[in-house]
Amino acid sequence: MSTPIAQLQHAVKRYGQVTALDGVDLQLHSGELLALLGPNGAGKSTAVSLLLGLQRADGGCATLFGLDPQWLEARRRIGVMLQEAALQQSLRVEELIRLTMSYYPRPRAFGEVALLAGIEELLPRRYGKLSGGQKRRVQFALAICGDPEILFLDEPTVGLDIGARTAMWKTLRTLVADGCAIVLTTHYLEEAEALADRVAVLARGKIIAEGSVDAIRAHVAQRRIRCISAVPAETPRGWPEVSHVEREGEHLRIVAKDAEAVLRRLLAADPELRDLEVRRAGLAEAFVEITNPSGAAQKEAA
Amino acid sequence: MMDAAIAMSSTRVARAWLMEAKYEFLRLLRTPSFALPTILFPSLFFLLFAVLFNAGAGSAEAAARMLAGYSVFGVMAPGLFGFGVIVALEREHGLLTLKRALPMPPGAYLFAKMLMAMLFAAIAVLLLMLLAATLAHVRMPLTDWSALLAADVLGVLPFCALGLLVGTLVGGQGAPAVVNLIYLPMSFLSGLWLPLKLLPRFLQELAPAWPATHLGQIALSVSGQGGDHRVAMHALALAGFTVAFFAIAQRRLRKKG
Repeated sequence: MSTPIAQLQHAVKRYGQVTALDGVDLQLHSGELLALLGPNGAGKSTAVSLLLGLQRADGGCATLFGLDPQWLEARRRIGVMLQEAALQQSLRVEELIRLTMSYYPRPRAFGEVALLAGIEELLPRRYGKLSGGQKRRVQFALAICGDPEILFLDEPTVGLDIGARTAMWKTLRTLVADGCAIVLTTHYLEEAEALADRVAVLARGKIIAEGSVDAIRAHVAQRRIRCISAVPAETPRGWPEVSHVEREGEHLRIVAKDAEAVLRRLLAADPELRDLEVRRAGLAEAFVEITNPSGAAQKEAA
Repeated sequence: MMDAAIAMSSTRVARAWLMEAKYEFLRLLRTPSFALPTILFPSLFFLLFAVLFNAGAGSAEAAARMLAGYSVFGVMAPGLFGFGVIVALEREHGLLTLKRALPMPPGAYLFAKMLMAMLFAAIAVLLLMLLAATLAHVRMPLTDWSALLAADVLGVLPFCALGLLVGTLVGGQGAPAVVNLIYLPMSFLSGLWLPLKLLPRFLQELAPAWPATHLGQIALSVSGQGGDHRVAMHALALAGFTVAFFAIAQRRLRKKG
């Protein structure tokens, strides 16, 4: 495999008592889209901010193109879209883009930036007068205007309507096809599914799963079974396919890998069983399972 | 791993600095709530005390002395507010973080703000001088006018550094209050409104501790309105304040962002 263009090596970051990153190893190779997934507070943004040189690791290290991320030579090859960035309200969109372009040795052509980010009609407007979604699109334009080799996008599509989100996905695919590597943090699993070559799942400061989207999905191919049955919770708990059982009044809830096998046993154990429901765990639910195995069954993803 | 693609010509870097300054200017121009008070306040004070309440014999001489004091009062604001309040807000709102992540040339951010503070100081002082020359009938040789202007414009720098320090220590909500708490008492304690010798003795002895005292003495001296004429010493003191405030602020910025 080629040398990584950005990496965290056993990175540790603490904020007082809280360990935000607990020995994270992460590599980004050129031309790939890596999605960082994880619940709030899992350490996604901290990982990104170490790679950007905004914070120093307390242990381990972060490098960009083999350099310290705080070096200007490294940062001239990246583009950034952070979660919270109040840009200058009184500047026009066009001015913000031209200013950011001036930081880069070889920026993209202005017209191309506006086209890729889909903000042509916003150019003459003051940033402060834009809606939340329009602001995100402008921030995206700033991220890509330097024609970067790596693009860091922290929750880029939050606040976008479906049309704008789809358009941004399309642009991201175009950029990756042109050889740009992307680090994307997101809450939206369908976003990772639609875009990512590789996914890394962070929870409590550690990477708990990493691989292709299919590999991650296979990881979490659980089914949920729900029925009204008198079978005591202890019975299915002993079956090998079952990962979780819970009783809620007369309802029995089971999470299992091989739903068919469990159903056969369950129906055999209780001929009176009724109101049977079997659902494939949505990606969102499955995701909760890997990030929080103990409390999985309680957390119904909305 | 360095290659030609990342080399950036010095003209492009210079351009980035100028762009930063240009857009900082546009931004302030479009924020009248900052620009107008900064430019008009000193002149309003001057109109009140040097023109309206200052009629009769010897009024022009008194007005000339007040011009020196109010001009220093006027240059403190763009430095203190422009850096203190704006840096605090931009830190809080994440703009500074974004700029640190972007390859903005180091120094361009502070350079742009410094240049704007000097520009706004120059505008405020020129307006003050116009009022002084017309309504208050102040007469001075041209060299004194220009020496006063130059001293004032350069004199913004220690207040930029002090403002920066405040901006790195205080949040956006608290910054205006803290800046005012420095601005107004320091103006008084430095003899900008009343001559130092009218202040109680212990306040006079404390005066050299305030940067504005030194700039005030320089302003009086170069415009031929008294002062102690130890311009070099005061300039040195101001340079010392500037370096010290700036160094502490830089350290905090690097640590905390």
